[in-house]
Amino acid sequence: MESLLKDTVKNSRIPARLDFLQSGTGLILGLFMWVHMFLICSVIFGKEMFNLVAGMMEAKFLSSSGHGWPILVVFAVAGVSAVFVVHAALAIRKFPHNWKQYKILRQHVKMMNHKDTNMWFIQFITGFAMFFLGSMHLIIIMTNPEINSIASAGRVNGNVMWPFYALLLICVELHGTIGLYRLCVKWGWFIGKDAKKSRKRLQLLKQALSVFFIVVGFWALTAFYMIGRQI
Amino acid sequence: MEQEGRKLTIQILRFNPQLEGDTPRMVSYEITEAPGMTIFIALNEIREKHDSSVQFDFICRAGICGSCAMIINGTPDLACRTLTSKFKDGQIKLLPLPGFKLIGDLSVDSGTFMRHMNERIEGWIHDIKADEVDFNKLEERMDPDVAEEIYELERCVECGCCISACATKRMKDGFLGAVGFMKLARYALDPRDKRSDSDFYEIVGDDNGVFGCMSLLGCEDYCPKDLPHQTQIAYLRRKMLSVK
Repeated sequence: MESLLKDTVKNSRIPARLDFLQSGTGLILGLFMWVHMFLICSVIFGKEMFNLVAGMMEAKFLSSSGHGWPILVVFAVAGVSAVFVVHAALAIRKFPHNWKQYKILRQHVKMMNHKDTNMWFIQFITGFAMFFLGSMHLIIIMTNPEINSIASAGRVNGNVMWPFYALLLICVELHGTIGLYRLCVKWGWFIGKDAKKSRKRLQLLKQALSVFFIVVGFWALTAFYMIGRQI
Repeated sequence: MEQEGRKLTIQILRFNPQLEGDTPRMVSYEITEAPGMTIFIALNEIREKHDSSVQFDFICRAGICGSCAMIINGTPDLACRTLTSKFKDGQIKLLPLPGFKLIGDLSVDSGTFMRHMNERIEGWIHDIKADEVDFNKLEERMDPDVAEEIYELERCVECGCCISACATKRMKDGFLGAVGFMKLARYALDPRDKRSDSDFYEIVGDDNGVFGCMSLLGCEDYCPKDLPHQTQIAYLRRKMLSVK
């Protein structure tokens, strides 16, 4: 009660920190997804390449037995999960809070057909979807930390899970690239002297990155699917 | 002989909240396009020849007063600055600016909103030593670059397009909106305003202020005066984050 009353006398600094934290966690997750995608894409160059990369993540080169420590993957997933939860908790503040707000938003998006507003709507939908899809993926990996081409192919091909991964891929890549673009315009990064021109360039870059990551993502997913069929 | 212009179909949202039992409806009017016709001219023609009860606001007819802002084919703009020739199919749909109290048809009360906004950001020079000014002395000089920058932000005509174009403001009524951020950035730049960053934080340092902005940039894209909203909001956000 005391602190609530204090806020009426002097604005709390917390909203500033929360805004920064939302951007910060988004940046970490967005860039992590790029690295993640490059690691995954090693499967395009064959099973052996993927196993080599996965082995490096488990620090196989450091263990005398050559088995590595899958627990490292558990730690990494736990770290990503923590950032994921914080980001989700902060981002949910921006969602429409009730039916009236949602109705206004829908009507506004439809009426304006404005690029950046449409992109935010996509972020809102994909973000909501990832509460479930992202959590499922993190739990699956954390409880089965051993990563190799057979295990990963089994995850994609076994139990008809490929539609889940296809959906997750689209959500992650759209949400991530739009989010990184928004961070730039939000904080004024890479804007230079001509903000309008820079924003156009950032939009193009965002578009290109979305297409690139979705294409290579599906390529990798197909590769896993094919490996899974051979098992 | 002058060639007769094409036919324009102008749909207008008609609704008078003052009339008991009136309900919002779209009404179509057909007029002949004249060379250089703006939406404002078209509306006058409708009022003259079709229906004298159509309500809309205007004062200057030259994009200076900001009174005639409305939704033109889905996006906010000034009626006096929008040529009908812009719409190739001759179909024009006009709606009142959302986010403001509707007076009737295309007329909204943006004045009350702007007054509250100006009171909220205290849009005037704050200087506790103002009473001690010696009128016999020359005023302190202002750097021409700073003056130029302030003038650039001062160009806002308070038309309300940025408010209607902002999904955040539409959803969350207490949100300040771009016009307020622009005004505040203008005073933050002015060396005559002695308010500190923490004073400004008291006005915009919360989720109804700059930290509530989701950077959808409708304000930037639909500002009829092409004001640098994106740059100013990012500047305010960084400035407010650095307040201890």
